[in-house]
Amino acid sequence: MNANEHDHVIEVTDLRRVYGGGFEAVRGITFHVKRGEVFALLGTNGAGKTSTVELLEGLARPAGGRVRVLGHDPFTDRAAVRPRTGVMLQEGGFPAELTVAETARMWAGCVSGARPYADVLDLVGLAGKAGVRVKQLSGGERRRLDLALALLGDPEVLFLDEPTTGLDAEGRRDTWELVRALRDAGTTVLLTTHYLEEAEGLADRLAILHEGRIAASGTPAEVTAAQPARISFELPEGYFVGDLPPLDTLGVLTHEVDGRVVRLRTRELQRAATGVLVWAERAGVELRRLDVRSASLEEAFLGIAREASAEADARGEAVAA
Amino acid sequence: MSAGTIGRGTTPAGRMAALARAEVTLLGRSKGTLFAAMFVPLALPFSMRSAAQEMDLRGAGLSVGTVVLPAALGVSLLFAVYATLVGVFVARREELVLKRLRTGELRDVEILAGSALPAVATAVVQSAVLAAGCAVLLDVHAPRAAYYVVPGYLLGVVMCAALAAVTASWSRSTESAQVTTMPFILLSLTGSGLVVPLEVMPDRLASVCEVLPLTSVITLLRGGWNGSLTAGDALTALVTALAWTAAAVFAVRRWFRWEPRR
Repeated sequence: MNANEHDHVIEVTDLRRVYGGGFEAVRGITFHVKRGEVFALLGTNGAGKTSTVELLEGLARPAGGRVRVLGHDPFTDRAAVRPRTGVMLQEGGFPAELTVAETARMWAGCVSGARPYADVLDLVGLAGKAGVRVKQLSGGERRRLDLALALLGDPEVLFLDEPTTGLDAEGRRDTWELVRALRDAGTTVLLTTHYLEEAEGLADRLAILHEGRIAASGTPAEVTAAQPARISFELPEGYFVGDLPPLDTLGVLTHEVDGRVVRLRTRELQRAATGVLVWAERAGVELRRLDVRSASLEEAFLGIAREASAEADARGEAVAA
Repeated sequence: MSAGTIGRGTTPAGRMAALARAEVTLLGRSKGTLFAAMFVPLALPFSMRSAAQEMDLRGAGLSVGTVVLPAALGVSLLFAVYATLVGVFVARREELVLKRLRTGELRDVEILAGSALPAVATAVVQSAVLAAGCAVLLDVHAPRAAYYVVPGYLLGVVMCAALAAVTASWSRSTESAQVTTMPFILLSLTGSGLVVPLEVMPDRLASVCEVLPLTSVITLLRGGWNGSLTAGDALTALVTALAWTAAAVFAVRRWFRWEPRR
């Protein structure tokens, strides 16, 4: 066991995946996940999340680049990796005609050091459904069965592909609590999600995937901090943008006017907000619909998607010209 | 890792047993598959019996029993092993079960073998019943050269299971599997000595039929049973059966589809 295996449980270097038709789903991504960390791959549908996770799970051979999980290649060195990982695929994968208990028992027979399957069913709240056929489960119950099976062998590394998609609010909270408990017990978790609050609330670090590339990565705070904050308000009757103090002196990066609504973007939220409010106070006017907010992960996410598609448009125009 | 988990690693046999157990349960719940696998091979030999009685078998050195029994074993391989397993592999692939299994500790060959085990066991039990039935009803003696019968049968099982996996790769759904299994079943029934022994075929047709996959298996079963097979013919049949089995296994390793088409 080398030092790397302790520090970086998952190492991904310039990873690429190309499908049969030539579609390049993963276009050279690099990241690592440390032991005991919860790492989220965030992205819209089609961003390349599942394509990436499948390479980490060792289900397919990369078209380029390198993956190491616990120091091994998960595709060529399956036998060394699989007893130490747990996988929850994006969609089921259970025979419809087996009951929950039969499915769990079958899987338990294929997992090293499996816990009694009744325990994990209990853990995910499926104990009462043990005798029910898989085909009769709701979508959320199937997700929880999948999670239970991923946990059977007390894995060191857990891959969760959209673990809460299809769950109701309560089920989602339960899953989050479970993931936090696992992290506290030392499990390394890599999860994909398109729910921003899930990534923000669960992940120690995250990467935002867009069109097969990593558009931003870091802790949720770091990714968010890279984005400007926002101030918006309605101009009082009879006033124009030009009546405000010079915007650059307030640290405002850009502004836009939409009817009577003004939107400002700034990296110095306190200074810009103070400037606007002091101005309003002195002018004796009320700023209706005032909204001052620091950047959120959602802002960062939408900003990245916007920038990326603007770049794509620019490329498209350049080609057209 | 706590001491409690050491030594609780899985073994290939244990993993396949867990998978096979689930497949037995599933086979029991799939009445249509169960019927086709269990009863077709048991019923078909009786319809063949009358046809066999019409043929000029004495001239070819054959008896009704030694035509019907190998044919019945061949039908068992075709329906209980081949056709059943195409359906099993397609269904598990389309349900994403195969993909799910591949995320775990099972090796690819264990997934296929474990899933195939209940169907193979069905065929073996069925063959024992058929052999006993033919012994009682058609006065068939014990095999004269069991050393041809046993390898012939085992090769037949592996070949049919591997060909089922190949066929499954061409079948998009369990419904289309009912069509994609027909060519091999019909070809084998007509050309591999199941319904019409090669000995009573025109020579040119017989020489083509000799190279069909299941023909070598039937040759070994029948020749081994009545002791008529020369060492040279037996060797040719063994090599042919091995070659088909190896080709089928290679095709599975190379082209088997573990996931539905996107």
